[in-house]
Amino acid sequence: MQVTFSIYRFNPATDQKPRYQDYVVEYERGWTVLDGLNEIKWKQDGTLSYRRSCRSAICGSCAMKINGFNYLACFIQIEHLKAKKLVIEPIPGFEIIKDLIVDMEPLYEKLESIVPFQVNDNPPPDRERIQSQEDFKKIEVSIGCILCGICSSSCPSFWADPRYVGPASLLKAYRFMADTRDEGDFERIPIIDNKHGLWRCHTIFNCKDACPKDLNPTAGIAELKKMVMYSKY
Amino acid sequence: MVHQHDVVIIGSGLAGLRAALEVSKVADTAVITKVFPTRSHSGAAQGGIGASLGNVDPEDNWEFHMFDTVKGSDYLGDQDAIELLVRSAPKDICELEHLGVPFSRTDEGKIAQRPFGGHTLRHGEKAVNRACYSSDYTGHVILHTLYEQSVKNHVRFYSEFQATYLIVEDGICKGVVAWDCIHGGLHLFHSKAVMFASGGYGRAFKITSNAHANTGDGLSMVLRAGLPVQDMEFVQYHPTGLYQQGILVTEGARGEGGHLLNKDGARFMEKYAKTLMELAPRDLVSRSIQTEINEGRGIDGKDYVHLDISHLGEKKIEELLPQVRELTMNFVDVDCTKEPIPIQPTAHYSMGGIPTTVNGQVVSDGKGTQVKGLFAAGECSCISVHGANRLGCNSLLDGVSFGARTGRRISAVIDQLELLDYAPDHLKTAQEEVDFLMNSNGKEKVGVLREELQTSMITNCGIFRDEEKLTKQLQIIKELQKRFEDIKIDDKSMVFNTDLTEAMELKHMLDFVEPMVLGALQRQECRGAHWRTDHPQRDDVNWLKHTLAYKTPEGTRFDYRPVVITRFQPKERKY
Repeated sequence: MQVTFSIYRFNPATDQKPRYQDYVVEYERGWTVLDGLNEIKWKQDGTLSYRRSCRSAICGSCAMKINGFNYLACFIQIEHLKAKKLVIEPIPGFEIIKDLIVDMEPLYEKLESIVPFQVNDNPPPDRERIQSQEDFKKIEVSIGCILCGICSSSCPSFWADPRYVGPASLLKAYRFMADTRDEGDFERIPIIDNKHGLWRCHTIFNCKDACPKDLNPTAGIAELKKMVMYSKY
Repeated sequence: MVHQHDVVIIGSGLAGLRAALEVSKVADTAVITKVFPTRSHSGAAQGGIGASLGNVDPEDNWEFHMFDTVKGSDYLGDQDAIELLVRSAPKDICELEHLGVPFSRTDEGKIAQRPFGGHTLRHGEKAVNRACYSSDYTGHVILHTLYEQSVKNHVRFYSEFQATYLIVEDGICKGVVAWDCIHGGLHLFHSKAVMFASGGYGRAFKITSNAHANTGDGLSMVLRAGLPVQDMEFVQYHPTGLYQQGILVTEGARGEGGHLLNKDGARFMEKYAKTLMELAPRDLVSRSIQTEINEGRGIDGKDYVHLDISHLGEKKIEELLPQVRELTMNFVDVDCTKEPIPIQPTAHYSMGGIPTTVNGQVVSDGKGTQVKGLFAAGECSCISVHGANRLGCNSLLDGVSFGARTGRRISAVIDQLELLDYAPDHLKTAQEEVDFLMNSNGKEKVGVLREELQTSMITNCGIFRDEEKLTKQLQIIKELQKRFEDIKIDDKSMVFNTDLTEAMELKHMLDFVEPMVLGALQRQECRGAHWRTDHPQRDDVNWLKHTLAYKTPEGTRFDYRPVVITRFQPKERKY
């Protein structure tokens, strides 16, 4: 089977402006888009640059825009895209470093800003802290996040407001604020309760639709909005 | 550019991050990592982390865990190290829980535990619930929690820096050189101590569960510095990799009750491990699968068998094995709640590695001489707690437990270590390698050489080995090493040059596969994952010892290190 990859190319050392380069790939059943990119890099053009590592949808390295939608390249089969031509571009909302590689630092900085760790200053017991299965389920919906950045990159509010912390960070805030073992609400609420935090989300569900791990940041943000409201009244 | 830090840790998986949390309390600590920390491959571990917490089986204890680990290692594991590991395991897991790791829970709200291969009650009587888990995202949630704690503790990261060269002079480690992947350029990290936590070498094989990043860079850096690597011939094949992809399907799938079936629909493990069946250790299960395939009982006569979990029901699979469902759907178009999963053994774990003491101090010979200022933990190290075959859920434990232990050791001795002057030529030597790759204008491509290496390693140094195949592989490696001298990379630019970094990684692999294959060639016995069809017995008289391999101008030189035996004398290994 044959497919054309039309790939966004930009090398800051040599290119004045970006261009699209086409590569024809012979692929086999079961190949992912990442397999196709590897075939190009390893056999046709070693200059093609992209991030990848685990190739099993857990490291979150290979987020890119494929025919207009954000995916993990390793987690979508070429055949499933049902197209003769695949237009591959960097994920939007981030500065481009080279080809499909973007600067993820803003994502990490925003994540760091929301106190992304368990806050609990009580001396721990000898054994584990007890948590019910029901309470674990409340956080289980958010712990699968792989920080690929696809949700934030799919969010128009994230594109429009450079200070918006974005759905990935807010889902992480929810992960801790819903955790019975965490006591960091008073630290986090002032950080997220403002127009560059929670209230920048306009509930359009782009993040939920795009998440490759089927998580629902919109629902997490809605829960956070409730928590913040309850904390005030 | 030259940086100075008290301690430099290479790698940001479980071992590196856990160590960093300890060391950063008392010393200026930097972590160099070629991928952003949460993208490390520890996150791909699915099924569990072992500890005799006894939350489900109250009679479980560390002594049972120790026996299983020793027997699983085919008696090559060092029993002093294993005892330390299993005794501290319950405390180590509770520490993780206190840091915020979200574990699945029992009815009483304790950490949930499930059965895993080779873990038993009362020295093999029956399978035990010992693997602590978070559905099938255990490695992922521990990795992310340790990263979160690193943020809390202001650990300094050099993300997307690829370590290339280790500075060792007269048995003293003085730092490391790394390539800045984003901007290009070499950086010298001058330090009092260096710790390797750089992971495994599964990428030397074509079918592997490992990430593209797992190219064993740390091992060849150590070899090039004149130091040995240990037990490299022991490579674990995980029994259940997705067919043709090699992507991991957790042992937890069998722990929860999954069956292995051949083309006749028979649970063939009955023939090979009557008591533990599918929950026998990985070396045994992988060999059994490969035997079924080799004898024509693969599905449709092809080189795979079935892993069937459909009888567990959709509800249980969604709750306990959601990632398995997601992976099988997306990669092999199989809904595992209704159909069996096509699987084949996949290169998974490196038992061998950088030899260390139980405190993570790197040693340079069979007598245990320590290299001042150099430490290692996790998959890149060989303490050895896994011996000839690692049990499932013992690797996350190894990373966390010996990561912490090594971190505490570095913290304890850092005041006695100094920032010593180093010779001026190290950066030049490291730069020469980069210049060679950037300027070389040969006719060989990285992708082509690497694929030839990976394919031939599976064929000739795989589950079943013999002298003929290994000798042939040695020849292939020599030729590939020679052809590498005629390499050409397409990308000559500084910014994010993955063509260059892949070439560096290939060179690492070409360096360490030689002692691996030579070690396999000279070890004329069957032990754990090392199976010589031409020498089908374990040979305790000649081979109950660790292999140390050195890279010298005259070729690979071997030395040996005794196995520490305390509580359990070697016995025949049956399951």
